[in-house]
Amino acid sequence: MLLRHTPNEIKERSALTINPAKTCQPIGAMYAALGIHKCLPHSHGSQGCYAYHRSTLTRHYKEPVMAATSAFTEGASVFGGQANLLQSINNIFSVYEPDVIAVHTTCLSETIGDDIPQIIAKARDEGKIPAGKYVIHANTPSYVGTHVTGFANMVKGMVDYFAEANGHKEQWINIIPGYVEPCDMEEIKRLTKELGVPSIMFPDTSEVLNGPQTGKFHMFPAGGVTTADLMRTGAAVGTVALGRLASGPAARALDTKCKVPCEILDLPIGLKATDIFIDTLRQIAGVTVPDAINLERGRLLDVITDMHQYFYGRKVALAGDPDQLISLTQFLVDLDMWPIHIVTGTPGKKFETRIKEITRESPYPVNVRAGGDMFLLHQWIRNERVDLMLGNTYMKYIARDEDIPLVRYGFPILDRIGHSYFPTVGYRGGLRLLEKILDALLDRKDRDAPEESFELVM
Amino acid sequence: MDTLNPEELSSPVIDINAEEVKQELLEKYPTKVARKRAKQIVVNAIDLEGVVPEIQSNVRTTPGLIGQRGCTYAGCKGVVLGPTRDIVNITHGPIGCGFYSWLTRRNQTKPKGPEDHNFMMYCFSTDMQEEQIVFGGEKKLKQAIQEAYDLFQPKAIGIFATCPVGLIGDDVHAVAREMKEKLGDCNVFGFSCEGYKGVSQSAGHHIANNGVFTHIVGLDDKVREGKYKINMLGEYNIGGDAFEIERLFEDCGITLISTFSGNSSYDNFANSHTADLNLIMCHRSINYVAEMMETKFGIPWIKVNFIGAEATAKSLRKIAAYFEDPELTEKVEEVIAREMPAVEKVREEVKARCRGKVAMLFVGGSRAHHYQELFREIGMETIAAGYEFAHRDDYEGRRVLPGLKVDADSRNIEELHVEPDPGRFRPRLSPDQIARLEQGDLKLSEYQGMMPEMKSGSLVIDDISQFETEKLIEIFRPDIIGAGIKEKYVIQKSGVPLKQLHSYDYSGPYAGFKGAINFYREIDRMVNSKVWKYLKAPWQEHPELAAKYVWE
Repeated sequence: MLLRHTPNEIKERSALTINPAKTCQPIGAMYAALGIHKCLPHSHGSQGCYAYHRSTLTRHYKEPVMAATSAFTEGASVFGGQANLLQSINNIFSVYEPDVIAVHTTCLSETIGDDIPQIIAKARDEGKIPAGKYVIHANTPSYVGTHVTGFANMVKGMVDYFAEANGHKEQWINIIPGYVEPCDMEEIKRLTKELGVPSIMFPDTSEVLNGPQTGKFHMFPAGGVTTADLMRTGAAVGTVALGRLASGPAARALDTKCKVPCEILDLPIGLKATDIFIDTLRQIAGVTVPDAINLERGRLLDVITDMHQYFYGRKVALAGDPDQLISLTQFLVDLDMWPIHIVTGTPGKKFETRIKEITRESPYPVNVRAGGDMFLLHQWIRNERVDLMLGNTYMKYIARDEDIPLVRYGFPILDRIGHSYFPTVGYRGGLRLLEKILDALLDRKDRDAPEESFELVM
Repeated sequence: MDTLNPEELSSPVIDINAEEVKQELLEKYPTKVARKRAKQIVVNAIDLEGVVPEIQSNVRTTPGLIGQRGCTYAGCKGVVLGPTRDIVNITHGPIGCGFYSWLTRRNQTKPKGPEDHNFMMYCFSTDMQEEQIVFGGEKKLKQAIQEAYDLFQPKAIGIFATCPVGLIGDDVHAVAREMKEKLGDCNVFGFSCEGYKGVSQSAGHHIANNGVFTHIVGLDDKVREGKYKINMLGEYNIGGDAFEIERLFEDCGITLISTFSGNSSYDNFANSHTADLNLIMCHRSINYVAEMMETKFGIPWIKVNFIGAEATAKSLRKIAAYFEDPELTEKVEEVIAREMPAVEKVREEVKARCRGKVAMLFVGGSRAHHYQELFREIGMETIAAGYEFAHRDDYEGRRVLPGLKVDADSRNIEELHVEPDPGRFRPRLSPDQIARLEQGDLKLSEYQGMMPEMKSGSLVIDDISQFETEKLIEIFRPDIIGAGIKEKYVIQKSGVPLKQLHSYDYSGPYAGFKGAINFYREIDRMVNSKVWKYLKAPWQEHPELAAKYVWE
């Protein structure tokens, strides 16, 4: 047994986290910043932080992940990291020539209280920031919130630094896609375009973290939202923000700063959440939903009706981030499956309330925990077995020990590919999710069926 | 087999003028950066006494330059303590550090049975919140230790401090002492391995060495059976390397008391001072323990290398030479003779396809050196190499140690004062034996470093930057580069295959004889893969329009 020490009996822990279902703010900020065109994320802390974040993102995307660090020493930790950051800004613009440096803080620089705006102002005064180039920042203390918070803070930073109101409303909308994969962002853009709604999406990591092999390395790949577009977000008629935790703060900041009203929706994962997303865009922009989208929706519905028997009544355990889990849980419930154990490492009572609301008709007791960990999830599973699990790669240890099929979903996925190429948002994404779930369930059925009832047609 | 003679070593490696390349690497840097990097980029030259030029290393990372290094916590918790299966390692800090170092280094381990403790798959953290940053985290840490003890009853609990812990003044050592006393049957010890200490993960290795030596080594005096008792230091069982080395030891009749720290257990450490010889694989990460064990218990150490078939044979012979027992020598020769035919067969086959190709290695504190042997065995030359976090002795050899200046960053890392143990110090060798061994080929307490084994004219680059890596690819177009995960796809996007030499790209083992075979085949696969021929689509290779599209 891999997790041989996990007991069935659950004792509440108040201090020890075991097998976390979250990580720290800065990595989310780094991921978000990679969604700005020609931007180099910058970690203001010791070099271990950026090394860990780059490694984890690289393992997840199997792509180059560029970022820099202030490389604090003990001296910098005592006297402040200003000198390091100034030196860093100078070196980066001289050697790597990005358009933007997006600085995020760490537990180290937050604990000593470095004032990033002041350091950026000093860099500007000293001529270290070339004309037409930008240094932006977000405060991302690792001891508050999680990677989702860090993502949200950096996206809000984009608004704080770039968004400009020009006095009148232009005919486009802003879309904040949430903490989703590059291909999901691509898919959200496609759906928006299909609807005929002009839009600016930020951040946008497509073609940054799912780029092609061409034999030529580009430090700054083709993708990412441009600074010009980021400035124009302040003049949009409205903002559609997907994922309350990851996108809400930026959407509200845009409202406050530039009076751009916002709709904050669930991530468009699954039938119902995608319906709401499409319908919202339709109403804001006053467009008709084209047949192409109706076709996609119809196909998703068709597969659900075709294969319903295999979903029906199956119990599921999930771990991941709140925004994803809310939509996923809704989708599973709509398939007549029963999500019964749901854990996120990200704290927040609203999440628990929301999940309880979605699963209120469950015939089984539902365990939900915000600020929980995978050790707890495993114990729940030990006490009430499930037919399927959804979660990141770390779940494979539970899957193997308990012999339960796992559909990889979320962050990080370190041992499979696909998550950065094939979206799970929208109707097409829903179809892919269904395929993955069905494959897992039916492979298991094939494996376990007695010879006399091994099925050809399913 | 393929070791270079002095003449070969002093002959230039390729036609490109390395001095000019060096200038090209530096020209885009701001003046101050260029001045500093100039001392860390050296064109190798070996004089007749085998002395090489000085290279600046183990110095501060230049902010903003983008490099490979990690932090002290990573070196301590991740590298040295991580591979031991039965210690509950609690990260004291916000969640990130514990999360990122959770299972990501591929240290394999094999518990002795289903009841044996194995916590490798678990990540333990105090998940520090703002409240602890403001009011202190010691209370939460104590509670976390108690909870870990109540759940698992481990033999030992290690506490690893992350950046904010040092800043807010939590005393992990005081907490450890208190909890050790309270729990009674559990050894609790702390490591002040805050990420900002030192200049790289190297400081973390040193801190880990100190902690293991102080709190574990020597706790169990039971003398185990065995004629030739050794410890294996600086071997972390990436991809099963340790299993292959253990297999060879067993076949040779060599008793492995403890490995630091691949496939190891707490009890092995506790008992390790009863061995009669320490073998050092990764000199950088573990030489401190070897030196301290020599001073305190009288155990000599020798440098070995089990990366490369020839190097493996040589290392086994070194062990045999040390014990001066014909029985062992015979056994070692028997094992080598048994293993080599299979190696030779694959080697010849692969060499035919790889000969003349060139590699570059930028990795770790010893791998950039060790892996050159493997490449050489299949006819590939390493034209540029460098370490991520090594010191001058790893480049130039331990001869430079007496003259090394200790700068402010290194001075902050505690140097333990060790004295011979009054009851347990036992010299393993008489002065006569030492003289005899030294007259032979066996050098005790010696490591000659990487540069004396690289050709003159090759480039040696310490703490290489992203910019320099790109430039080198542009200038040399090497056939393969060995580095780590952060470099992997950057380099492959340039059309050059990258072999991860930290994680082995999730394959291995590469140590020992079987490992050599695995590596030959792997490099053959990588440098001769068909996929690189398809980088351009047909219409990109021939964009001209030759004819109109007509039906006829």
